[in-house]
Amino acid sequence: MPDQPLTTENYPLAETSPERVTGHRGKSLDELTLEAVLAGDVGMEDLRITPNALLQQAQIARSAGRAALARNFERAAEMTRVPQDTIMEIYELLRPGRTRSIESLQNTAQRLRREFNAPLLAQLVEEAASAYEKRGLFRNRY
Amino acid sequence: MSNSYDANRWKRFDEWDARPLRHDQFAVEDPENGFSAFNGAADPGPGLKIENGKVSMMDGVAAQDFDMIDAFIAAHHLDMDVAEEAMAIPAEQLARMLVDMNVPRAELVRLARGLTPARLAEAVAQLNAMEIAFAYSKMRARRTPGNQAHVTNAKDDPLQLAADAAVAVALGFDEIETTMRVARNSWSNALACCVGSVVGRAGTLFQCSSEEAEELEIGMAGFTSYAETVSVYGTESAFIDGDDTPWSKAWLAAAYASRGIKMRCTSGAASELLMGYHEAKSLLYLEARCLCIQRGMGSQGTQNGGIDGAPLASSIPGGVREIWAENLLAVWLDLECASGNDARHSESEMRVAAKVLPFLIGGSDLICSGFGSILKYDNSFNPSSFNGEELEEFLVLQRDFEADGGLTSIEDASALDLRRRAIDALSHVLKDLDLAAPTEIMKRSVAVASGSNDTQSFAPRDVAVISDKISRQRITVLDVIRSLHRGGFVPEAQNLLFLVKLRVSGDYLQTSAIVRDGHVISAINDPNDYTGPGTGYRLTEARRKELAAIRNVLDRDEVLRREAASEPAEARAIEYSTMGPAERGTDPHEVVVGISPGFGTRIFRTLSGLPLSKVLKALRDGIEKGGGRMRLMRIRHTADTSFLGLSAARLSGSGIGIGIQSKGTAVIHQKDRLPHNNLELFSNAPVTNLDHYRALGENAAQYARGDLPAPVVVPTQGEALGARFHARVALTYAIETKMTENNASPETVDINFLGET
Repeated sequence: MPDQPLTTENYPLAETSPERVTGHRGKSLDELTLEAVLAGDVGMEDLRITPNALLQQAQIARSAGRAALARNFERAAEMTRVPQDTIMEIYELLRPGRTRSIESLQNTAQRLRREFNAPLLAQLVEEAASAYEKRGLFRNRY
Repeated sequence: MSNSYDANRWKRFDEWDARPLRHDQFAVEDPENGFSAFNGAADPGPGLKIENGKVSMMDGVAAQDFDMIDAFIAAHHLDMDVAEEAMAIPAEQLARMLVDMNVPRAELVRLARGLTPARLAEAVAQLNAMEIAFAYSKMRARRTPGNQAHVTNAKDDPLQLAADAAVAVALGFDEIETTMRVARNSWSNALACCVGSVVGRAGTLFQCSSEEAEELEIGMAGFTSYAETVSVYGTESAFIDGDDTPWSKAWLAAAYASRGIKMRCTSGAASELLMGYHEAKSLLYLEARCLCIQRGMGSQGTQNGGIDGAPLASSIPGGVREIWAENLLAVWLDLECASGNDARHSESEMRVAAKVLPFLIGGSDLICSGFGSILKYDNSFNPSSFNGEELEEFLVLQRDFEADGGLTSIEDASALDLRRRAIDALSHVLKDLDLAAPTEIMKRSVAVASGSNDTQSFAPRDVAVISDKISRQRITVLDVIRSLHRGGFVPEAQNLLFLVKLRVSGDYLQTSAIVRDGHVISAINDPNDYTGPGTGYRLTEARRKELAAIRNVLDRDEVLRREAASEPAEARAIEYSTMGPAERGTDPHEVVVGISPGFGTRIFRTLSGLPLSKVLKALRDGIEKGGGRMRLMRIRHTADTSFLGLSAARLSGSGIGIGIQSKGTAVIHQKDRLPHNNLELFSNAPVTNLDHYRALGENAAQYARGDLPAPVVVPTQGEALGARFHARVALTYAIETKMTENNASPETVDINFLGET
């Protein structure tokens, strides 16, 4: 990571600083060629965005005055560490009436911190938990 | 025809009842029941109190009474660094700043971060429709306008999806969106559109609108590159009924970004009203809340502007102005805006065109968030404002206004080539991956079909089998790339790889990102920099020419070429002999017919397609029937109908003359009248037939006798004859005027109808 945060000058990353960007297993953009795909050297993992790329996009967004967008990219950077099934499981929990008590969301937040090093996501879930409690969403909807 | 003179209703109302407009249902304004565009019965007044760096009151609600939406907006949208400054500015001043080209967009965007939903709504409500439209074009995020297509069909037929996707790409759509008639067909639709979208060019983003979890899975398999189904609502109850909360949606927003998939939210006027939870608040105020949530959760953009609620919003007074106003809020909040104009809000084509106009002429990130590139009945989202049927109208509107609506005309031949290529590519992949075996009949029927009614191809049940296989075998975009390559579809394989590589850098996750010419452009590297005339998005000369290049455009050579085709037949029907300068006649029964310079020399048919020989014969027969005698002369100093007629009349022994242009416009004139004060004018040449010319001749002969005949009436059915003929008329007339000579005297012409005994 560079010392100075990236700015709009560094955009698009793939064109201005391709060396900063790699796939999830470290392959550079230059290595993601058709030949490599045909040879079976490229998997879907190599086409996944990295937390690093998301954090760099967050810096660019922030320098363009888009702090809210940047925060979403930062949450997304944490979420790259969360498996798909878990993402959907937590999404389901966050939907109205899916859980009867605030504890399950609080536990989820702790799990996000502990298992996935995802403090921003944990904070989002905790915030939801207190909002749901206040608004009486922990109720049976069926 | 019935003639009931004792009817108790003006018949015009019956005719109005039969117009498509009258299928639209209009609703009375009723703020208590949510039917208000701008002034809800329970809309709060704007206000904000901050204590110890936290919001203690917003729009009249104390923090402890916040519902989920207030709480989310206060926590995630409102920027404490700017809120006090922004909220101190009165709505009138904000409104003026929005339409002041000297106030930069960036300054207004900065202030929006500190404005509450009620203040935002109050400010845009000050603007009239024209001001909203102008402010939108100033405030939208990306400079270059774009457009999005729906690609769906009633059979979920993958071959047709591939062919139609390729056509949509050729037309210039930046994004294409599909959905299914049968939910389980999602994987097949995704694969088919994905393959079709890489035929011809790389970089068209694609989404498959599906159930949330499945949509993410399809995205992770690499088939799709964006999503816009993250719906947001403006009341807590509607949100809960939509089975979500602002936090569950924020979770999804992060989920899409974490997988490198571009995402925008969706909201639109009247969704709360449709769902029965409007809280007696106006469409605009509820939409302001929705948009603040979206900005707060870090969505790069929104699909907004009525959307599915557009027909309901449009049933309310001011509803369409409100739809424009909410779009303005979206871009003021610095969101990419796919500006609706999708769900058709009216059966009236005029209402449809009027609603889209600001976005067409002022631009929008995506003018339609779903232009039906397919026929109406194939649109699985329901008919759009514009569909396959009306596509050329949109192209012509672009040309009329020299406005870039993001689309470019396609030619007959290349369209068919593209369709075949897309069908071949997908057929190969289906066979190669052991998913299905399309037959030649299927492929050929789809290539030429305008819609699924014309195809003999896959039926929904066959598609379900394909779709299940794709899902079960966990086929990914990499399998498809390799398969395309194996089949020799190398450019398509390259294009598809380009598309999935976009997600590695995430450049297209930024606000308003699309791909043009192989490069990501967004609000960052292509920001809307409008500050008055000469700034912002302007057409290049090359793009202007592209917009002008629609089908079937007429020029002078084409007119002459078409006329030349009639020349041989006329040469066999009539012989003109020029006999020298014309003298003034003395026969009191003669009617002189003055023909124009190009009559029978360069031009051979009237606008109604009548050969000029037959027109002359009809005139002669009519004149003789009226007891007169026809004398013909060619007028050479003018091609103007009135002067042709007047010149003929002045040389006529009876003082009565007929002037006729080669295109068939004719006049009966009398020698002592002013040039443009004729006896009878036959100006609607396209609907003038031989009987009319015969009657014209007969009347002229009667005028010569001193009688006063009933004028000949050429009935029209109100056709827009000008639009049908005027380009040809002007070109034809220019050919004739170019043949005129100053001071050239009229010449007597003898005619001989060949084949006559």
